[in-house]
Amino acid sequence: MTLNGKGVSVTTLVEPQQKIDPSPSQMMDWYRQMVLIRAFEMRCAQSYQQQKIGGFCHLYVGQEAVAVGSIAAVRPADYVITAYRDHGHAIARGMDIHPLFAELYGKKTGCSHGKGGSMHFFDAKKNFFGGHAIVGAHIPLATGLGWAAKYRKEDRVVLCYFGDGAMNQGSFHEALNLAGLFKLPIIFMVENNGYGMGTHLHRASAVTDLKLRTGDAYGIPGKDVDGMDCVAMYRMTMAAAEYCRKGNGSIFLDVKTYRYRGHSMSDPQKYRTKEEVAQYQEHDPIGRLEKQLKDSRILDDKKVTQISDEIHAQVEAAHEKADADAYPDTADVWSDIYANTFGDYKA
Amino acid sequence: MPEIQMREALNQAMCEEMQRDPDVFLIGEEVAEYDGAYKVSQGMLAKFGPMRVVDAPISESGFAGLGVGAAMVGMRPIIEFMTFSFSLVAFDQVVNNAPKIRHMSGGQLKVPIVFRGISGPGQQLGATHSWTVDALYTHVPGLKVVCPTTAYDAKGLLKTAIRDDDPVIFLENESMYGLRGEVPEKEYLLPFGKADIKREGSDCTVVAWGHCCLIALAAAEKLHKEHGIEVEVIDPRTLRPLDMPAIMASVRKTGYCVTVEEGYPQCGVGAEIAAQLQENSFDYLDNSVIRVAALDVPMPYSKPLLQHVLPGVDRVADAIKKAIYFQG
Repeated sequence: MTLNGKGVSVTTLVEPQQKIDPSPSQMMDWYRQMVLIRAFEMRCAQSYQQQKIGGFCHLYVGQEAVAVGSIAAVRPADYVITAYRDHGHAIARGMDIHPLFAELYGKKTGCSHGKGGSMHFFDAKKNFFGGHAIVGAHIPLATGLGWAAKYRKEDRVVLCYFGDGAMNQGSFHEALNLAGLFKLPIIFMVENNGYGMGTHLHRASAVTDLKLRTGDAYGIPGKDVDGMDCVAMYRMTMAAAEYCRKGNGSIFLDVKTYRYRGHSMSDPQKYRTKEEVAQYQEHDPIGRLEKQLKDSRILDDKKVTQISDEIHAQVEAAHEKADADAYPDTADVWSDIYANTFGDYKA
Repeated sequence: MPEIQMREALNQAMCEEMQRDPDVFLIGEEVAEYDGAYKVSQGMLAKFGPMRVVDAPISESGFAGLGVGAAMVGMRPIIEFMTFSFSLVAFDQVVNNAPKIRHMSGGQLKVPIVFRGISGPGQQLGATHSWTVDALYTHVPGLKVVCPTTAYDAKGLLKTAIRDDDPVIFLENESMYGLRGEVPEKEYLLPFGKADIKREGSDCTVVAWGHCCLIALAAAEKLHKEHGIEVEVIDPRTLRPLDMPAIMASVRKTGYCVTVEEGYPQCGVGAEIAAQLQENSFDYLDNSVIRVAALDVPMPYSKPLLQHVLPGVDRVADAIKKAIYFQG
């Protein structure tokens, strides 16, 4: 049992909102989003092999339900921040895929004008604050977003994603302590895919029931959630957001998920078997929602093919456009550094 | 004009800016209920309350990151490091997050944050607590680095730092908090990137800031009295941006240059100034630029050893004499 710091069991405070039934059109929207993320990521894998994408590239394939289900449960005014495996969150937050491809290809039309790359997608207008590449370093930033909301008495929550590997960083623990201490409205969401790079959770974390590491330690109660189930993600995040909005402070969600691809594109995956991957693929989040929708007669095979074709065409078109876009001018290296420039600094 | 301590000048700057702008808040260790480890934030909790003057746990990476996150959505946090030696456990937040988020977001975000506190070897605190971080942070594009020498400079520069839209490293010195100086009652701001000639002279240029500027001024006075040597002391006030045009103008007048810093010589600020001078003013130099810096060793504890390691008035005076080929 995890206590919330007042000696109250959180299981009574935060229950997935089973009564909230998403509408057929919402579920169809999530389905399309997940198909779009996967198609985007598969195109990225291809583009990476074609050396159109440089640096590190971490694909979200297998984890789609996490970003889609949780972001669906928060409002446009809420703040979203994540780590380097950020493509899925950016798309779920509504970013257009053309500037994402362009960013990956280092083009001027990229969402960060080619300054950020795969790990640094940002969209300030959509309250999407990155895209952060140092493991765990963005978690304190989430406390700042939460602090600003609380300070200004705004009705906002922060959705902060990170991987299980980040939970062993000092910055995670410092941030969680501050969030617990100041009762900040933050949903801390570990996308627990079982591996921090190539090291299994059991070989990295002294305690593997991750909610135990935040509950009594920082007064931030935790819940487990099935990250392969988009509807479960939605219901649990709705409950968590409501908990935060009521001024209870932060909440921690241990989201059990799995990535089908390597940690990054340059990972030979010697640390796991093909059988293990196949086992998880049987619970594929897209397949699962597809079945639910078919069972409810909202979707049929014909429609599935139609959606797939549409989305693949959309992805190809965005990729081709980005591929043809111009690179930034070399003079652009001097811009986007200072907001207030000075003297003869080239800006 | 009233004479006040540098700590009061800093306090006034923060209070005025907090009155002016509700988005400004102060967070750090012991800043609120304890009234500041060095009493810089004295009385501010009573004035502004616990949401704006915030005691943080000993958790530099956490509260520095909290500040950066809040700045991303337009707040103007002032982060007090009890000493910049402790900023090193928050180094990633200060050098990776604060100055790069604007860049990596393609200019979508700005990070208007001030990190302030003491830098420099204090009172025999041993090697880990005695960092002079000037060169470390001046190295980083995206940061601005400020180093006030007087109470007047401290107030005007801190107000500018708080209003600036970029991350600012504001370096204070423990031994200078109690020094008094004239500060006008009327509001004023001092610009970044504009050096101040702290003493005019024609024989040799000395570039020094913060605590070392006071040492340089004492050495200048000594040489004036003892030998009639007229030293020009240039205080850059900010190390990034660095007012090289002012330094170059002075060197072109005197023909000689000495730099003074409490940091280390290797890749130090003096090394940078010397390099830029040889690139831009080579033909005007009548001797090589001489650097006075801490000796290239970890800061020792023992008082005579520490005094030996740090630049002092005699070492600076000797360097000036050497620079201008003074025989006497």
